[in-house]
Amino acid sequence: MKRPLIAAVFFAGLLAAWHLLAASGRWSPVLLPAPLDVASYLVRAAADGSLAAAALVTGRRLAVGYLLGIGLGLPLGCLTSRFRSCSDTLGVVALGLQTLPSVCWVPLALLWFGQTEGAMLFVVVMGTSWSIQIATDDGLRSIPPIYQRAARTMGSRGLHTVLHVLVPASLPVVLSGMKQGWAFAWRSLMAAEIFVTILSGSGLGHLLHYGRELLAMDQVLGVMFVIVVVGLAADKIVFSPAERWVRRRWGTDA
Amino acid sequence: MTEPVAAKISATDAVKIAVEHVSKTFRGGTREVPALSDVSLTVGDGEFVCLVGPSGCGKSTLLNLIAGLEFPDTGQVSVDGQRVTGPGRDRMVMFQEAALFPWRNVIGNVLFGLELKPNLDAAARRETAEFYLRMVGLESFRDAFVHELSGGMKQRVALARALAPNPRVLLMDEPFGALDALTREQLYQDLQRIWQERRKTIVFVTHNVREAVCLGDRVLVFSPHPGRVREEFRIDLPRPRDLNGVDLARRAGEITQALKAHLANPDAA
Ligand SMILES: Nc1ncnc2c1ncn2[C@@H]1O[C@H](COP(=O)(O)OP(=O)(O)OP(=O)(O)O)[C@@H](O)[C@H]1O
Ligand SMILES: [Mg+2]
Repeated sequence: MKRPLIAAVFFAGLLAAWHLLAASGRWSPVLLPAPLDVASYLVRAAADGSLAAAALVTGRRLAVGYLLGIGLGLPLGCLTSRFRSCSDTLGVVALGLQTLPSVCWVPLALLWFGQTEGAMLFVVVMGTSWSIQIATDDGLRSIPPIYQRAARTMGSRGLHTVLHVLVPASLPVVLSGMKQGWAFAWRSLMAAEIFVTILSGSGLGHLLHYGRELLAMDQVLGVMFVIVVVGLAADKIVFSPAERWVRRRWGTDA
Repeated sequence: MTEPVAAKISATDAVKIAVEHVSKTFRGGTREVPALSDVSLTVGDGEFVCLVGPSGCGKSTLLNLIAGLEFPDTGQVSVDGQRVTGPGRDRMVMFQEAALFPWRNVIGNVLFGLELKPNLDAAARRETAEFYLRMVGLESFRDAFVHELSGGMKQRVALARALAPNPRVLLMDEPFGALDALTREQLYQDLQRIWQERRKTIVFVTHNVREAVCLGDRVLVFSPHPGRVREEFRIDLPRPRDLNGVDLARRAGEITQALKAHLANPDAA
C-alpha cells in the first residue's frame, strides 16, 4: 500500500526536478533536453519502428552471444572444478580475463574480425563466459560431499549422480552465475555496439552512438532509458522468478 | 517368519559383516589422526549391534568402511564373505547429519533410493515411500521442502529414506540424536519391529548407552586415540524391551562404568 506510493512520489519528484532544471534555461537543450522531449523522441521512434528494429537486432545478438558464452563457460567450469590440471591452467586464465572490462576486447575484436557481427559476438562471449565458468566452478565445488556419498550408498553412479545430484545441488550458485553472466553480456554488447560501427544492422548501442553524432540528446537519453528498461525487464521476468523458485525450494539464505 | 535367505545360511556360518584387523589413519597436512587401530568384529546375519564410545573414537569411520565409502589402510571388511569394494544397495546408511537433498521434497527424498531399484514401477515406488513416511509419522509432510522440517523431522525422513529400498544391512549413525523422548521411543518400537519382521542386520552408533541396551543384541564399547573395540556386552533381555525397565537400567549402568573405566585408563588391555 505505502511502498508504491513512496515510489510514485519519488519518481514524480525526480521528473519534476529534471523538468524545472531544463526549463530554467541555464543549460542549452542540446545538453539537457526536457523530459517531454525525450518522451516525444521515444514516441516517434516507437511509431516509425526504428526503436523496435534496433531492439530486435540487439536482442538477437544478445541471445546468440549469451548462449555461446554459456556454451563455453559451463563446460569449462565443469572441467576446472573436476581436474586440478584444468583449474591450474584454464582456471587462472579465466580468473584473469574475468577482471578485464569487456570494452578492452573491442580493439582486438576489430582487428581480428573487422566491422562484422563476429566482432560483436566475440566481445559478448569474452565478456560472458569467464564469469559463467567461475560460477559453475564455484557451484560444483560448493556441493557438500555428503550428498554424493548419500547418493552412492543408494546406488547412484555416473550420469545418474550428475543429473540427480550434481546439477541440482549446484543450481543455486550456477543460477546466480548465469545472472551475472547476463549482466556482463548486456554491458559487453552495449560497449561493442557503441564502438563497432557495422552495416549488418543497427542495435540500441548504435542508436545511442548516432544520437551523440547528431547532437540529438533526446535520442541519447531516450535510448539509455530503453536500455535500462530492457535490463530491468530481464531481471524481473527471467532471473528474479528463477531465484525465488530456487530460494523457496533449496531454502538458501533469506 | 523364516525367510529363504535366513534359511540358506547355515547356523555355523551366519556372519553377515566381518571386520578383520582394520586400521585407518587420516592424514591432513602435517597431522595424522589414527581413527581406528586393529579393529576386528563380526556381526551375525540378522543381528542388531550397537557401538558406543566417546566422540572421535572412530565409530562413523567404521560405518563408512562397512558402507564402502572409505577403505581401510590395513585389514579388510567383508559383507556376506565378499570384500567390500564400494557402496552397495544392500547396505543403506543413515548418516550422522541427515544428508537429505534440499532440491527434493520429503517424498522425493524417500523416492531417491527406490528410483534406483530395478523392477519397481512408479506406483509401487510411491506406495512404498508413503508407507515409510507413515511409519515415521510424516505422511502429512510428504510435499514439504527439507528446509521446512525440524532437525528431528529430518532424521525421521532420513530413516524412511534408508528403510524404503529394504536393504539387508542398515548402518545407522546416531540416527535419533535430535529427537524428543516420545518420538524416540516410538521409533525404537518401529525399528525393532522392522528389524524382526524383515530380518535386517543393523549396526547402530549411539552415545546413549540406554538406547544401545534397549535396541542391541550386543553392545560394543569403543575407546579413542586410536579407536579400538575395548569390551563387548551381550544383552539377553527379552524383547520388546522397556526403556525404563530395571534390568535395562542395570545393564546400562554396567556399560557406562566400563566406558568410564576405559576413558580413565586408555592403555589397559
Ligand atoms: N575425513 C577425515 N579427515 C581427517 N580426519 C578425520 C576424517 N574423518 C574422521 N577423522 C578423524 O578420525 C577420528 C574419528 O572420527 P569419527 O568421525 O569416526 O568419530 P566418531 O566416533 O564418529 O565421533 P562422534 O561420536 O563425535 O561422531 C576423529 O579424530 C576425526 O578427527
Ligand atoms: Mg560420528
